[in-house]
Amino acid sequence: MIQINDLEFHYPTGNFSLSIRALNLARKEKTAVIGPSGTGKTTLLNLIAGIITPDRGVIHIAGTEVSRLNDNARRRFRITSIGFVFQDFELLDYLDVMDNILHPYRITDALKLDASVHQRAGMLATAMSIGDKIKRRPNDLSQGEKQRAAICRALLPQPKLILADEATGNLDPENKTKILDLLFTAVDEDDTSLLAVTHDHELLDRFDRVIDFRDFGNFGF
Amino acid sequence: MDSLYLAYRYITYNRIKTVVLVACITLIAFLPFALQLLLDESERQLMSRAVSTPLIVGAKGSALDLVMNSLYFGNERPETISMEAANRIWDSGLAMAIPMYTRFQARGFPIVGTAMDYFDFRNLRVASGRPLAVLGECVVGARAAEELNLEPGDHLISSPESLFDLAGVYPLKMKVVGIFDRTHTADDLAVFVDLKTAWVIQGLGHGHQDVIQLKDPTLVLKRSESNVAATAKLYHYTEISEKNIDSFHFHGNTEVYPISAVIAVPTDEKSGTILQGRYLSKEETQQILRPANVIDGLLQNIFRIKNVLDAVVSVVALATIMAIILVFALSLRLRQREIQTIFKIGCSRLTIAKLLAAEILIIVSSSAALCGAMLMVVHQFTHDLVRMLFIG
Repeated sequence: MIQINDLEFHYPTGNFSLSIRALNLARKEKTAVIGPSGTGKTTLLNLIAGIITPDRGVIHIAGTEVSRLNDNARRRFRITSIGFVFQDFELLDYLDVMDNILHPYRITDALKLDASVHQRAGMLATAMSIGDKIKRRPNDLSQGEKQRAAICRALLPQPKLILADEATGNLDPENKTKILDLLFTAVDEDDTSLLAVTHDHELLDRFDRVIDFRDFGNFGF
Repeated sequence: MDSLYLAYRYITYNRIKTVVLVACITLIAFLPFALQLLLDESERQLMSRAVSTPLIVGAKGSALDLVMNSLYFGNERPETISMEAANRIWDSGLAMAIPMYTRFQARGFPIVGTAMDYFDFRNLRVASGRPLAVLGECVVGARAAEELNLEPGDHLISSPESLFDLAGVYPLKMKVVGIFDRTHTADDLAVFVDLKTAWVIQGLGHGHQDVIQLKDPTLVLKRSESNVAATAKLYHYTEISEKNIDSFHFHGNTEVYPISAVIAVPTDEKSGTILQGRYLSKEETQQILRPANVIDGLLQNIFRIKNVLDAVVSVVALATIMAIILVFALSLRLRQREIQTIFKIGCSRLTIAKLLAAEILIIVSSSAALCGAMLMVVHQFTHDLVRMLFIG
């Protein structure tokens, strides 16, 4: 699913650099990325998503060489093939839950919003146990419900890869487990993979694989 | 892509901010447009009537008051002149003289005492009923009739000039015999009577019981062979009817009876010039005016004030636009996180610009629609507004 070779990246300012000789993630694999702050976990997610481009090296996702795509193509690839789940949910207050779930379809021409998408969004919301809250605004939801809505938004375009950046960071233990269950179910049922940055070490056992950035210098996996 | 939908959602969610922005833009756009609309309409209204009135003769004093009162029956009444002024014009053979007396009102509408020539001169056509025929009748302008709910056959009572003047003239109950066609001029708001009826309202002419036939001694103050003086107990008629019309009479010489002004319609340009020349003497107590010149002077002053207002509005508009730009800039800063998120999801900067443009478009469109609606309301009432602002 993901193939990274000889990747090198550094920010124009500061002396942070990330170097990955080789990293492969299989289809339907659930991978956790751990490590102290500032070691490049989120940078890795941004590189994989094509939000930033590497100085050197190659990133392949589901057969597409993301690192070679131009800006426009990377954006199209990102919105159609990658589902983002953020720590702070990043739902828009002015949209209700349904509109938040449909949001990726409303901000691009790469995804076509039709009746079937509306239906699938409803089904996803029901599957995430927020089917009765689709007309509510994010401010009226609990933290767990907000993250469920965010997951629905990430899953709706049927992405090839889900990138979760500390998706359980703001949740209580019970909700952490539930959210992880939902993400794992999505990976198991759909043809997708999960790469999750997390600080919740108690959840690591549930992942297929754990990448610890403390060990992630100039060596590959 | 649903930029407009998302923008609409954002705008409706942030209602207060949106309402303030829309109100600011609407007001700043509305002010100059409304002002221009009013000035255009005032110029049209004032000038068209002024141009169609060749000359006005009245007492020396404020030229503007004389013209405004004679053309639009404004509240500022000029000094009166006598009926002799009209006869003087007739006698000159240079112009037709149309006397006017606009001192009185009936339920807020001016009573215009004039001659029948006025109706031909102003091209006033009776829409229902008939023209004036006898003393005590009135023909009402279209809007006055509409607002007073009058029809031919109804009665209209003149308003007393002062409620506390017990010795003053009694109101006259006039019979409405006709309603004029709408002309969209000041004539629509007037009640027209014969000049003599206006003098009856003033008390210069009156009708009462026949003092010769009086048997009640309390009604007679003094009786001689040639004269009978009645007491204040004598009954004066407040309505002119077929039965009492013969008792109405005027004391003294009607030549010295008051009028407000005379519209002089010269037979030709040369006659008009000669007539104007006859009022140039320093001892002359009357003045002759070309209403178009007076109104032109008024409009020049109005437009000078308008230029100042335009400058003020421009400065306020600039300040408002800058404030709006600041609001949007601050809003963008507050929404950085949201913008980052949708950028991460896969939205381009162009799309973000489109979203913001859609928000601006909705706000500006709403303001334009609101401004348009307000201008339509102003347009609907321009006639009244012009009258209220410039005529009084």
